[in-house]
Amino acid sequence: MLGYILRRLLATIPVLVIVAVLVFLMLRLTPGDPAAVIAGDNATTEQIALIRNRLGLDQPILAQFAIWAGNLFQGNLGESFFFKKPIGELIVGRIEPTLSLAFATMLIAISVAIPLGVLAAYKHGSWIDRVVMGFSVLGFSVPVFVIGYALIYVFAITLGWFPVQGYQPLSGGFGGFLQRLVLPAVTLSVIYIALIARMTRASVLEVLNEDYIRTARAKGQVERKILFRHALKNAAVPIVTVVGIGIALLIGGVVVTESVFSIPGLGRLTVDAVLARDYPTIQAVILLFSGVYVGINLLIDLAYSLFDPRIRY
Amino acid sequence: MSNAQTPVLEIAGLSIALPGGGDRARAVDDVSLSVAAGEIVCVVGESGSGKSVTAFSVMGLLAKALKPVAGAIKLEGEDLLTATPQRLRALRGDRMAMIFQEPMTALNPVLTIGDQIEEVLRIHTDLGPAERRAQVLAMLESMRLPEPERMHASYPHQISGGQRQRVMIAAALILDPALLIADEPTTALDVTTQAQILRLIKDMQSRRGTGVLFITHDFGVVAEIADRVVVMEKGRVVEQGPAADILTHPQHPYTQMLIAAVPSLKPADRKPALGPLALETVGLAKTYGSKTLFSKARIVHAAKDVAIRVRRGETVGIVGESGSGKTTVARCVARLMPPSEGSILVPDIDIAKLSEGRLRPYRRKIQVVFQDPFRSLNPRRTVGASIVEGPMNFGLGAKEAMQRARDLMALVGLQPNALERYPHQFSGGQRQRIAIARALAMEPEILIADEAVSALDVSVQKQVLALLADVQERFNLAILFITHDLRVAAQICDRIVVMEKGVIVEQGATAQVFSAPAHAYTRALIEAAPGRDFATGLAAVDAVQA
Repeated sequence: MLGYILRRLLATIPVLVIVAVLVFLMLRLTPGDPAAVIAGDNATTEQIALIRNRLGLDQPILAQFAIWAGNLFQGNLGESFFFKKPIGELIVGRIEPTLSLAFATMLIAISVAIPLGVLAAYKHGSWIDRVVMGFSVLGFSVPVFVIGYALIYVFAITLGWFPVQGYQPLSGGFGGFLQRLVLPAVTLSVIYIALIARMTRASVLEVLNEDYIRTARAKGQVERKILFRHALKNAAVPIVTVVGIGIALLIGGVVVTESVFSIPGLGRLTVDAVLARDYPTIQAVILLFSGVYVGINLLIDLAYSLFDPRIRY
Repeated sequence: MSNAQTPVLEIAGLSIALPGGGDRARAVDDVSLSVAAGEIVCVVGESGSGKSVTAFSVMGLLAKALKPVAGAIKLEGEDLLTATPQRLRALRGDRMAMIFQEPMTALNPVLTIGDQIEEVLRIHTDLGPAERRAQVLAMLESMRLPEPERMHASYPHQISGGQRQRVMIAAALILDPALLIADEPTTALDVTTQAQILRLIKDMQSRRGTGVLFITHDFGVVAEIADRVVVMEKGRVVEQGPAADILTHPQHPYTQMLIAAVPSLKPADRKPALGPLALETVGLAKTYGSKTLFSKARIVHAAKDVAIRVRRGETVGIVGESGSGKTTVARCVARLMPPSEGSILVPDIDIAKLSEGRLRPYRRKIQVVFQDPFRSLNPRRTVGASIVEGPMNFGLGAKEAMQRARDLMALVGLQPNALERYPHQFSGGQRQRIAIARALAMEPEILIADEAVSALDVSVQKQVLALLADVQERFNLAILFITHDLRVAAQICDRIVVMEKGVIVEQGATAQVFSAPAHAYTRALIEAAPGRDFATGLAAVDAVQA
């Protein structure tokens, strides 16, 4: 097991190297000049050239890459062109809102979707099943920003239960933190509820036809325990897979939600960096995201063996 | 022992309706039977006879589509058909328990053995964790399971099939139910394991005075354990009575037919086959596993140093239990998998190492009939399309191929219009006929039958065996017959090869192997065959004397 984890961690290195090279190249080859953006509309050619020289952008691409990679190797992500701050600091400052949002979203999604999916499977073919599946289709098809604005309109503007937008750090008090987190988290969770509920239903439905479910009934077990003790654990592997993929997608999804709700997280940082052609920041954020993806995939694989003793690495 | 006056189970006039569109209106029609305390009642019948439906209706575990419409089921005098779901749940696992055919799938793969047995105690008793654990360990011990402590913490995939069935029995009997329902509990097990499990069931029920309703299709098993027998056909009870009477003096024609269809363990007289050699394997071996970069070598010898010879017109049986390597040999000979070592001569060229391209002409010569005809025929293609595909791959024109398929349908006893239908529209026996026709369409010289009759009811099995004998004579086929069933082997094989753990332990003429088995494993196999005394007529004498 430990050997397996080590091998998997080693295998992430080439993945991250490839990501780093691709990101670096793509940014350098797309049109747009960060020096011009920084210098502003009224800058002279000399001023732009000066800035370009200061940022090292006048060097050959290969040399730029070597410098960046060398710094990266020493744990130095570089300095943002736009924010004029070390990028490590930037990320640390922005990570709490994003993590809080992602965590809250998944918490809501899992605790709503799994019972719904199990219920739909148990009541297979009934109106409950159809309602759950109908909701699932709806959740898939309505874009995040529409749900976001709709929720803001109803719960923030009309009812006034929650602030329209913004973020309050956890250090500023749990109540305020939670109050500002609820709407964005619910918004984001809708699509994951749809996805996870659907997968749970399909997976549990299949398991319910298994012989050991009949055995459990023959023992006199009550239906609730048959569903949650016998069926759900057997159905867990595909469910864990979508939850994992969900978390990975979520990181991408926060870009939109953080914009809609004005949350100063990594999503907003990414958007700002892209608009400013802030190469080092974009590179760092994408590298961070891919590291998270790889890590989540490893966690999913490890979770399999937790739920199914037949899976061993 | 409980009150001997009230039967443990009494079924009176039970009828269960089938949903519309079935081949009959009632799955079970006016069935009456009873089980007394300490008695084993076998319900015998072929697939579709309603024996399992009867058993499940007692447990209240019928599929929703099946509804009891008349009659009563009484457990220790209490009517189960009118009981509330809560009451039924309370009785299940406590007063009545059930074990099933497939012990692998009947146990939950993600929960430990101990947990699954303890579950019964958690549901029905107020015992604390320590007491539960102690009871389960004692039960495991009495099931003669090795290392109860380790067993308690094991998962189902870590133990053998026989052990799994013991675990099922432990879970069923831990609360001393009045009634144990056993639905084909040994059908999926090897003969030697089957013998042990039958002995265990008999032992436990006589010690605890449990009434047992035992569902089986196997008269050998009936002869082994039954006190009384109930014979069912198409949802009705056609005959019931003491086991000795039914086995020796069956009254109803259906019972007579069923008993007559059980192949005898006494080898049939067969003329020695003197045809030319069709197949020979020399030092055939198949190993799995290899050294990888990160793990130590773990090599499994699925088959080792296998030498068999089959002549044209001869049937050579490979017998053995699961894991003996018999199917591995069959698959290697058909080159469905490449052998690791050795040669396969057919008869003058070695096909063991031929490349796929050079092997192709020889593919036609060796054809296989598999165990499960439903899974070996493509469900989305018509029978005709499945049959003509092979010959047309080898250049036969569509018209000629279709004509050949029509001729073959007549040969295997099916209507020519069967060619336009799909596999699911046929019964198991008919599907196996189709599978044989498909193999014959290739005009093979060697036919491999891999457990080809194991999934069939005895009466159908008898017909398919007769068909195989017929086509063998007609086409002078060399048949390699893989089976775990010694009775079938005794009837159809000229020579027998006995395999154990990948190695041939004995081979010889069928009569010789059965009358004077040389190897201890062969003797164990023959001894474990259920109802072997019954087959040779000894049980009849014993029963009369008793």
